[in-house]
Amino acid sequence: MSGAASSRDLSVGIGSLTLRNPLIAASGCFGYGVEYGQTVDLRTLGAVCVKGLFLNEREGHAPPRIVETPAGMLNAIGLQGVGVHRFVKETLPELRALGATTIVNVCGTTIDEYAEVSRILSDAEGVAAIELNISCPNIKEGGIQFGCSLPAAHEVVAAVRKATPLPLIPKLTPNVTDVASFARAAEDAGADAVSLVNTFLAMAIDIETRTPKLTNGMGGLSGPAIRPIAVRMVYECAQAVRIPIVGMGGIATAEDVVEFLIAGATAVQVGTANFVDPFIWPKLLDGLTAYMDRHGIARVTDLVGTVRTKGAKAPQPSCPQPAGS
Amino acid sequence: MLLDTAAARVGPVDADAVVLANRRLSADYHVLALAAPEVAARTQPGQFVMLKPSRGLDPLLRRPFSVFEILRDAAGAPTGISILGKIVGAGTALLYALDAGERISVLGPLGRPFTEAPADQPVWFVAGGVGLAPFATMAEACLARGLQPTLFYGARRAADLHYADWFRGRGVDVRLATEDGSAGARGFVTAPLGDALAALAPGSAPSIYVCGPTPMMRAVAELAARHGHDAEVSLEQTMGCGMGGCYSCVVPVIQPGRAPHFVRSCLAGPTFKASTLAWEGLAH
Repeated sequence: MSGAASSRDLSVGIGSLTLRNPLIAASGCFGYGVEYGQTVDLRTLGAVCVKGLFLNEREGHAPPRIVETPAGMLNAIGLQGVGVHRFVKETLPELRALGATTIVNVCGTTIDEYAEVSRILSDAEGVAAIELNISCPNIKEGGIQFGCSLPAAHEVVAAVRKATPLPLIPKLTPNVTDVASFARAAEDAGADAVSLVNTFLAMAIDIETRTPKLTNGMGGLSGPAIRPIAVRMVYECAQAVRIPIVGMGGIATAEDVVEFLIAGATAVQVGTANFVDPFIWPKLLDGLTAYMDRHGIARVTDLVGTVRTKGAKAPQPSCPQPAGS
Repeated sequence: MLLDTAAARVGPVDADAVVLANRRLSADYHVLALAAPEVAARTQPGQFVMLKPSRGLDPLLRRPFSVFEILRDAAGAPTGISILGKIVGAGTALLYALDAGERISVLGPLGRPFTEAPADQPVWFVAGGVGLAPFATMAEACLARGLQPTLFYGARRAADLHYADWFRGRGVDVRLATEDGSAGARGFVTAPLGDALAALAPGSAPSIYVCGPTPMMRAVAELAARHGHDAEVSLEQTMGCGMGGCYSCVVPVIQPGRAPHFVRSCLAGPTFKASTLAWEGLAH
């Protein structure tokens, strides 16, 4: 670290929450955080976003649950999880002891379940924010069924907004025609931020057996393969809403982090790259601060949404906006 | 504490290891020796490492391998590890092609080791093909305690049996089986194992450790169970991270009165008591 460290400000704000830096471990890619207590000093992360929680325990899908594809992977885990009660009782104290800033990814099969899980977490000690999972492509009920309908997305976000005072971050799916309209719906319903993108619904087939490689048939594509699409979607949402955006999708280097910030993300999540390198976090942070030093940037927020489109052809939205939208 | 994280509270190291040697045993088997003293010093029998076959993005993920040998210098200090590899896809083909002097990322040691065998009973290893891998370190640990392990080692044909002399040379009783009869007993490894089980003295309770293809491990576990013995198996599942982060490597364990429960084999395993597994729900 150079001597400039003291003059740098890496902190970012998500609603009432201030993160010490913009790096967040992505839900579903970091277990419940405690699994990484020996490899990463969790206090050095902006936050840890733990694996999605329903009210009750869930077993998830039968394996195989992942398959590799070029520069990426498909997963269909099926949101296996311990349920919110065991999480609060058994895991949250450990996360507190490790000094983690904990964001909990909340799932539900009904609006009532989303609200109930959020209420329980709001009463627990040590939850910094709620990420609302309305975007998991791998389960039949809940998740993406809320994330693919504008009225349903608005309804679930509004209901959870009433149930919790915690910063609320709906996680959006890219499996829609116009993701920015979902960011607007979330903002209208009282969200403090939105996070995107969840994985792209995808499929891989074993040509010898002519069967899908995943037991679940389809799964969600993540990894560097999706990064340019994610950057575009973050950019589109940044143009559409005033609330902060938590960007993710294939981030594997500090340069990728910077790209998402410039596109309009206030913070970023890193998922698949953590599978490949669980020691990636200090490397990302060092790379980010080196970039800031090189460009004379004192506050990381000064990077957010600074993509220069003037003079170039302004990027067009992914689908034409209907009149009056 | 979550069910399957209790055993995994010592973190791994990530070594940028130099390839010391890559010995091709056949067109698809090889032994890859890596300079990784810290990993070697911490590895216990049955643990694994995650290797990153590509420096780039394709293939993206690491691959899990049992630690085969602990390499030591003349004074006996650990200097590295080897893995026993077999080409099964793009990642393993890249590992097979590595040359001495190249570097590769080694994350480990990971996972729950084999349990220690009681000193007063027979110790049996049952290996199928590349499933021989975890038994070199286990043999050394047993021999160091004065135990006399027996290795039941099966493969398709004689050419696929490697390192039998390595075990014999250290005092392990090696019993071979090949499907084509080109070495040892003709048939599966369960044939010589069944003979040994039938010949056991009354009251004898062997410690049986098994590694190989899933159907082979299941057959061995069922054979042992018919004689009243449990076995400890080392499972190989498709694994995303090896750290408990992704929940992809799950295996179903039996819960009395309930449906089987998926636990992460990277944390709760890769070693499991065979009697705890719901074998019909295992992948592969």
